[in-house]
This record gives sequence, structure tokens and C-alpha cells, in this order.
Amino acid sequence: MFETILDTVEQDRLHARIYGACAADVAHVLRKAHCTPDDFPTLISPAAAEFLETMAARSRQLTTLRFGKAVRLYAPLYISNECVNACAYCGFNMRNDTPRTTLSLEQVLAEADVLHRQGFRHLLLVSGEHRGFVPVAFISGIARQLRETFAGLSIEVYPMETADYDVLAASGITGIAVYQETYDRARYAALHNGPKADFSYRLATPERAARAGLRELGIGALLGLSDHRTDLALLALHAGYLMKTFWQARISISFPRIRQAAGNFVPSETVTDRQLAQAVFALRLVLPDAELVLSTRESQQFRDGMAGLGITRMSAGSRTNPGGYSIAEKALEQFAVDDCRNAAEVAAMLDRKGLEPVWKDFDRCFLA
Amino acid sequence: MKDLVIAGRKFASRLFVGTGKYPSPDILRSSLKASGTELVTVALRRVSLTEPDPTMAAIDFDTYLVMPNTSGARDADEALRLARLARAASGLDWIKLEVTPDPVYLLPDPAETLKAAEVLVKEGFTVLPYIHADPTLARRLEDIGCAAIMPLGSPIGSARGIKTEEFLRIIIEQACVPVVVDAGLGLPSHAAQAIELGADAVLVNTAIAVAADPVLMAEAFRLAVEAAVKGMAAGPIEQQARAAASSPLTGFLE
Repeated sequence: MFETILDTVEQDRLHARIYGACAADVAHVLRKAHCTPDDFPTLISPAAAEFLETMAARSRQLTTLRFGKAVRLYAPLYISNECVNACAYCGFNMRNDTPRTTLSLEQVLAEADVLHRQGFRHLLLVSGEHRGFVPVAFISGIARQLRETFAGLSIEVYPMETADYDVLAASGITGIAVYQETYDRARYAALHNGPKADFSYRLATPERAARAGLRELGIGALLGLSDHRTDLALLALHAGYLMKTFWQARISISFPRIRQAAGNFVPSETVTDRQLAQAVFALRLVLPDAELVLSTRESQQFRDGMAGLGITRMSAGSRTNPGGYSIAEKALEQFAVDDCRNAAEVAAMLDRKGLEPVWKDFDRCFLA
Repeated sequence: MKDLVIAGRKFASRLFVGTGKYPSPDILRSSLKASGTELVTVALRRVSLTEPDPTMAAIDFDTYLVMPNTSGARDADEALRLARLARAASGLDWIKLEVTPDPVYLLPDPAETLKAAEVLVKEGFTVLPYIHADPTLARRLEDIGCAAIMPLGSPIGSARGIKTEEFLRIIIEQACVPVVVDAGLGLPSHAAQAIELGADAVLVNTAIAVAADPVLMAEAFRLAVEAAVKGMAAGPIEQQARAAASSPLTGFLE
């Protein structure tokens, strides 16, 4: 289990390595033919900020080598904003007194239909964490309806047992996303209330999903909850562990920055564009095969600039409220998007940059 | 380098030594001593575990962990029989699994090796399979519970050194269990190169046993492995230098 590895990391020493690295340390790492996960603290250090262009060039080179010019496009489909948790930073916080809604199966299919017509074949089904409103049977019912028309169906809902993931895999779900948010236990405890407060259970979720044979495992940290460099170093360690242990699964990494949402949470730090770019390059240098995800919560300018430099998956035209594509009711959104372009516009941008927008990256034939 | 631990047992020496082909049991005994090894392999088809045997008599069981190998087995069933007989006769439950149907190059059979490994792991053996430098096979073997992986550097006994470098590199990068480069190491520098690639240990037999002076060669391999371990710990400089560019890629961040 990854938790046993995480427990051996002395976070104070890790912090000291990151903040103690000097320019010579960074230069040394960047001269190596292959960077290793152990180089990550140096590459994410404040000292490495001076080497951003060199890191960008290597990140671009490695990304092209491993992924070609392809960038996979996906769309989130919000099923419900009901939630049993009270996370200080999230718009779905159960204590936020705002309209709640859960789509019916017909409504979910209508939303999916809109996205299908836009070209999407990979969906991320998202909900707040509420087993009552969004039971496993409901998700598997959706999957059975959508499996014929969509190549990939991932879920970002609530942590489950392997037996639940077995059911979902059999219904046509192909992957999960579950973000640890922060790897700092004390900070995690302070920010989370409800079932999500169980740090260990959440941490082992990708492992439970992998044991059910789900092929796509997405993990992530929400930058701005704790020291972002330390969180990224532990996120990289987590990804490396999953890639080694569940080597038949595809691991993707997300690193959303906190956005304005209902509740007006104040982040502990604001991660700048330059810092986020450095994070992407550092992750690419030590994990050449990891999928790196950039959502519409980032600005158009930043997304366009980063396309081709390390990012391999992008969402486009996203609505983060249930029904946002076809019903457009003013339900509570999870966070405010920044890049508001539609899917065709994002695809055209990739095309202009000499990149290939990839809508379908899996075939159901694999699943027999 | 992190400690070498296989199946819970820690090894200070990263040089494993085979015991075949030596000019005499005395030279074998002196060579093992000079090598500083803590793990030796014996070929079950060559030694007798039930009757007095000159090779076995030359091995000090208090100093060395003895790992029988199944060399000569042509398929999984033959390897299984050998391993079970060895354990029954000696109580030794570490096994170097070799399945080599091809008598010329002695290249390992991946399908039969995987099959045999699965059974041996289930029967409680500590299994170290000898394989081609095949990263996928290495992962399959690791998944079923092998204690370490032993990919070849070049064909066994060939002394051609490390010809599988690119694939060894991948195996080493991916493995969660120790990687022992086995077969084809002809010179002390080959052993050092394996350690520098990141291998956890090397296994050498022919290069020592058939050298003009096996005892001296055993010492040379010991020194080479130790030198490589120290060199890696010392933080080697890198060969490639790269120029730093101006900012055409990250200009959008300004």
C-alpha cells in the first residue's frame, strides 16, 4: 500500500530538500540523461524557477517522444452536486446553502448527447460525494447506457470498495479519478469534515479501483491547501508507486489550483502560472509516461501556452454544474471555469499549434 | 544505493557466484572466499545432495546462502521436479529457476519459466528466475511473487558483457524487487557496468571459474563491484551537457 511508503517519508526533510536546493543542484539534475523520481524535490524547488526554459524544452521533448503530438480531449459531466462532506474549499460543501440537484437518468443521457455531438468520446462523470443520491446502481445504469457510444467513461464520485468497482467495471466504467487534495495529514484533517476526512481510506482508493481492473487511475492535489511544492513531491511519489505497482493501468495526474467557489475559502498560498508550469515540467521530467491533465479552471492563455509542453489531456467547454450542457439551470457549480471556449475552439487551437486533438483513445473491443 | 534485501535477507556483498566449472574444489573454496560473496548457486544436475559431494564439501554453509539452480531443465515440469527434490533432500528453499530448452545458447524459455515460477511460489519457494532481459516478463514474474529477477546481460558463458543494456535499464526502472544481472559478464568491468546501470547485484560463474587464476579473478570481481557501488554512492557527474536557451517556450508566462 502506498500509505506505508508515505509514512516513511520524513516531510520535514523533504521540505528542507526542496527549499534548500541551490542552482548548482538543479544544473546537476538537468545535465543527467534521465531524471529519476528522486530528482523531483530539486526540480520543484524555488531554485529551479531560474531554469524554467530549459525544463520546458526537456519536458516538450519527452512528451513528444512518449505521446507524440496527441492531446486527448475529455469533458466532465456533472451528475449531482449533493454532498455529505463539508470541505472548506469546495462549492459542493454541504454547509453551503445553495440549490442542489441530481440529474435523472434521462437528463444524464441528454447531457451526454450534447457532449457526443460536440465530438467527445471520453467522459468524466462527476458528482459530489453522496451515495444516497448517486448510488453505485445509478452509475452503473448510466454506464450501461453510454458504453456503446463513448470509448472511455471515468468517474469522480466518492471512494468505494473493490466490489463496487467490480460492478462498475462490468457495466462499462473504465477509470476513476480521486484526488487526495493534500498529502499533509494535519492540513487534510483541518479542511475535511464527513467521510472524506478519512485520509487513509481515500489514499488507498486508486489501489482498490485498480484491483477491480479499472484501466485509468487519476490522482491529484488541489494546489493552495498546503505547501504546493511538498504536496507535488508526494503526488509524484504516489503516481510513481501506482505506475510501478499497477503497471497495466494508465496513471494520470491533475494539479488544479483553487478557484473561486461558493464559501469564499482563502487558499494558504496562491500558486502562480510560472510555478504551475514548473510543476508540469518537473512531473514530466521524472515521470515521462504519466498523463498530465489541465482543466478549464486554468486560463486560455495558460492552457494554450502549456499545450505541447507536457500536458497530454485537456477538458474543453466544461460546465461544472449538473445539467449545465443541456438544461442550463443555475444549479450550484463546483468551481468557476476560466477557459470558456467550446470544444471546437480548443480543438482548433491545438490544431494551430501543430498538435492533434484526440477524441477517441480507447476501444470497447478491449473489454470483450 | 539502498540495502540489498531479498526475501527479507540482507546481503552486504552484491556479487553472487556460481560454483560450476572450477578446476578443483580447493580452488572453488579459495575463489568463493576471495569473491567476498554471501550467496552461491549450485547446479542440481551437477551435485549430489544425498551423497558426499566434492563441490558441496567445498562450500561453507555457515558463510554462504546456498541457492540451488535448475540448470538443464528443458521445461517447467523438469524444473519443478528438480526444485522439489532439492528441497526434500537439503531443506534449501531458495531456487534459481532456469529453464533452458536450447542446449546451444542456453537461452531461457519465458513461457515455461513463468509457469514453473507460479507453482514454485505457491509451494513456498523463494524464487529467483533467470530470464531474457524482457521487461514485461520481469513484471509478470514480480506480480506472481518472485523474490528477485535475474535478467541476462548476454548469452550465458559468452563473456560478451552487457548487450541488453536498453532493456535492463527498463527492467531496473520498473522493478519493485531486486534485479540481479546474470549471465554473460566476462570482465570485472562488466560487473561494474551492471551496478552502474542500477542493478542491485550481479551473478558471475564462468568468468571466474575458467580464468587462468580463478582466485585472483574472484578478487577482481569483488573489487569491481565494490568500486561501482562506491562510485554510485559518491554521486557521479553526468556525461551530457546541455546549453540553456533563451525563452521561446515559456515567454507566455511573462
